[in-house]
Amino acid sequence: MQLFGLSKKDTLFLLIVIFLTLATPILLQPFAEGSGLAQFNAGYPDLMQRFAIYGIFAIGFNILFGLTGYLSFGHAAFLGVGSYSAVWMFKLLTMNIIPGIILAVIVSGLFALLIGWISLRRSGIYFSILTLAFAQMSYNLAYSVLTPLTNGETGLQIRLSDPRILDGASAAGSLPTTNLFGLAMNDSVKMEFFGRLFTFNVGYYFSAVMAIIVFYIALRIFRSPFGLMLRAVKTNQTRLNYTGVNTRPYTLAAFVISGMYAGLAGGLLAAMDPLAGAERMQWTASGEVVLMTILGGAGTMMGPVLGAGFIKYFENIFSKINDNVLHNWFGPLPDGLENFLVDLVHPFVGKGWHLTLGMLFVLVVMFLPGGLVEGGQRIAALFRRKRKPDGSGPKHQPKQAPHVAE
Amino acid sequence: MSKLILTRRGLLKTGAVAGAGLAMPTVFASGAAAYTNEPKGGTVTLGFNVPQSGPYADEGADELRAYKLAVEHLNGEGDGGMLNTFSSKALKGNGILGKKVTYVTGDTQTKSDAARASAKSMIEKDGAVMITGGSSSGVAIAVQGLCQDAGVIFMAGLTHSNDTTGKDKKANGFRHFFNAYMSAAALAPVLANAYGKDRKFYMLTADYTWGWTQAASMKAFLEGAGWTMVKDVRTPLATTDFSSYIAPVMNSGADVLILNHYGGNMVNSLTNAVNFGLRDKMVNGKQFEIVVPLYSRLMAKGAGENVKGILGSTNWHWSLQDEGTKAFVKSFGTKYGFPPSQAAHTVYCQTLLYADACERAGTFNPCGVAEALEGFEFDGLGNGKTLYRADDHQCFKDVLVVRGKEKPTSEFDLLEVVEKTPVEKVRYEPDNPFFKGGSLGKCNPGA
Repeated sequence: MQLFGLSKKDTLFLLIVIFLTLATPILLQPFAEGSGLAQFNAGYPDLMQRFAIYGIFAIGFNILFGLTGYLSFGHAAFLGVGSYSAVWMFKLLTMNIIPGIILAVIVSGLFALLIGWISLRRSGIYFSILTLAFAQMSYNLAYSVLTPLTNGETGLQIRLSDPRILDGASAAGSLPTTNLFGLAMNDSVKMEFFGRLFTFNVGYYFSAVMAIIVFYIALRIFRSPFGLMLRAVKTNQTRLNYTGVNTRPYTLAAFVISGMYAGLAGGLLAAMDPLAGAERMQWTASGEVVLMTILGGAGTMMGPVLGAGFIKYFENIFSKINDNVLHNWFGPLPDGLENFLVDLVHPFVGKGWHLTLGMLFVLVVMFLPGGLVEGGQRIAALFRRKRKPDGSGPKHQPKQAPHVAE
Repeated sequence: MSKLILTRRGLLKTGAVAGAGLAMPTVFASGAAAYTNEPKGGTVTLGFNVPQSGPYADEGADELRAYKLAVEHLNGEGDGGMLNTFSSKALKGNGILGKKVTYVTGDTQTKSDAARASAKSMIEKDGAVMITGGSSSGVAIAVQGLCQDAGVIFMAGLTHSNDTTGKDKKANGFRHFFNAYMSAAALAPVLANAYGKDRKFYMLTADYTWGWTQAASMKAFLEGAGWTMVKDVRTPLATTDFSSYIAPVMNSGADVLILNHYGGNMVNSLTNAVNFGLRDKMVNGKQFEIVVPLYSRLMAKGAGENVKGILGSTNWHWSLQDEGTKAFVKSFGTKYGFPPSQAAHTVYCQTLLYADACERAGTFNPCGVAEALEGFEFDGLGNGKTLYRADDHQCFKDVLVVRGKEKPTSEFDLLEVVEKTPVEKVRYEPDNPFFKGGSLGKCNPGA
């Protein structure tokens, strides 16, 4: 079975991804309501939306970093620009998310063209620094100088008094919600079976469909001659130049495409929750997507998505385990042991979630340089070795990413 | 052909989900929630969303302590604190409406985005029926908007911007804390008395909604008192070294410096200003003075020696001698070993006020709770007689003008109350130019 010009293997891969994406609300809710482990359930709309949206962001980032090896440290700027554009569309034009998202992609694409055109004159660490500088400039502009446009620290929000020229008058006194031709993004259907509560949310499914589409596009880019050229840039740009190829248009195209992915993610973030804050553009946000990609496995298709899910999961689930929850867990144990265990675990959960994530990151980078995907492949190889000696798909396992400065 | 297979799969899947979705309402019809997160079991969950990192982390930590104390008291544990002095006697120490109070916590990181994500997960995942907290007006406004959309009540914590109950007010949001306008109205006459009528002032202002409204209010009231403004300079919230902002003050001809800063910002800017020797200077033949419009004990502690003699305003102070304050300070002190800050006080009050409103309304439905809070008059929570005004969901109460103590007797006894400005002096109409432009809208019960 071959679909949309993909090879048989890729088609299967895509179908698996589609299935996993659509079944997410069920897969992420493995523990029964009210049980002690319900804390670890992640199947609520906000987090699932974030999985899909940051997945898009990371897939886009991977097109640049994974294929060309150019490490951009300023990708959050495009995310922020996308969010601001989308919110302005919600304010001025309509609460329908389509125009907002389209504008977000266009504006961030143009912005990426500008920044890429300048930054790509340098490579390696200099390129990283340039993008970082541009992103911090954008952040500071959004934070203070462009306050009339961005509402500074408070963040851009929709108001009752906004014109919204395409929408009719909204219900008296209540803020309209973002929607897709009348289908509200925050609408969900809740179903309860096997003691588990599953939430099927419109916003999530919209983001998920977008994620599948852009995943497919990325897959095509990875397998195309254009993608091959980008890999060539990563392997040895100098040699490519000597053979007479001008690499700049290729890297610029990759940069703009990944900027547009980030813009799409930003627009979607705004569509799920119509607010855009300057901190979305801060360097920490740019660093986050780098972490996601490396944690999951740079240059692989699934890696960045996995990494994005991992980081968002830690940020939202681990950060909420407070001492109270810990005491509940260890409650049945003798008092002394209980307090000891609570004290032992305490630094790693709650506000210490960064610490846990940091250690995990160190472990992954040291033992699985190819990221979580490599971990998965090693496990798969363990089982497969019995049947045939070499079964790992070379396409899914590119060479280890070179160091930033190389 | 193969394309069809995919679409059919997709269609089948969506069809199944949609079909199940259509069928579900009949299953749920009996137990359908009337409003977002209607508590069904024996417990009710509140969401405490406070900064555990960032420039306001100290305030956040103190807020969390007060929340825990409030939950204890609501559940009938501990000594009951201000439950005993509260003028409304609806709460019986058996939880709220007979349901035991539980809570979830989250970290706002003093960022609007993170705060909203954390509040959302409390509402969507943990089933919180009320969100409270926020130690920055930017965060409070962002989360208030979210709660309005989601259909839960937001009880604002430490937020002092006029906009929270001004142009960004929301029907589901309530604020017990005072605001920038009230600070300025209470402070201006005291300043004019203390430092004379003919003064030139220079302002450093935190560059976000709170700073903007605080600066605008101070300017209006001080100019009304005959002072003239030299300059208002905006400083980014993340600034830690204010030297470059202080140096120009010295040659500006101003003889008063007003620091519209809070938390870590204020500690740093005040320290910088004092280190530059501003307080020992004579300008225009007058002693140079520094004013901090919004003061708290935690900040006074951070700035140490430098706060001595500096005037400012505060929502509440633990050294007050009314019954409510004494009861609260006693139970907080017994549990944690030190007196509470104004941030702790306001969030404790907010939790009690919410619980009481539920009890009086007989429901957790946000619309019922809002109705019970609107126009509610109460006493015994440390601020004297207080009114929750229906027009903008702002509390109206006396404002304290305080001064950094010259001779502190302990590490907590850092501020002395100079004047208690009665509520009539700081009251304003809802259409006051500083507050107009927004509308409450309608209460939203969600679901």
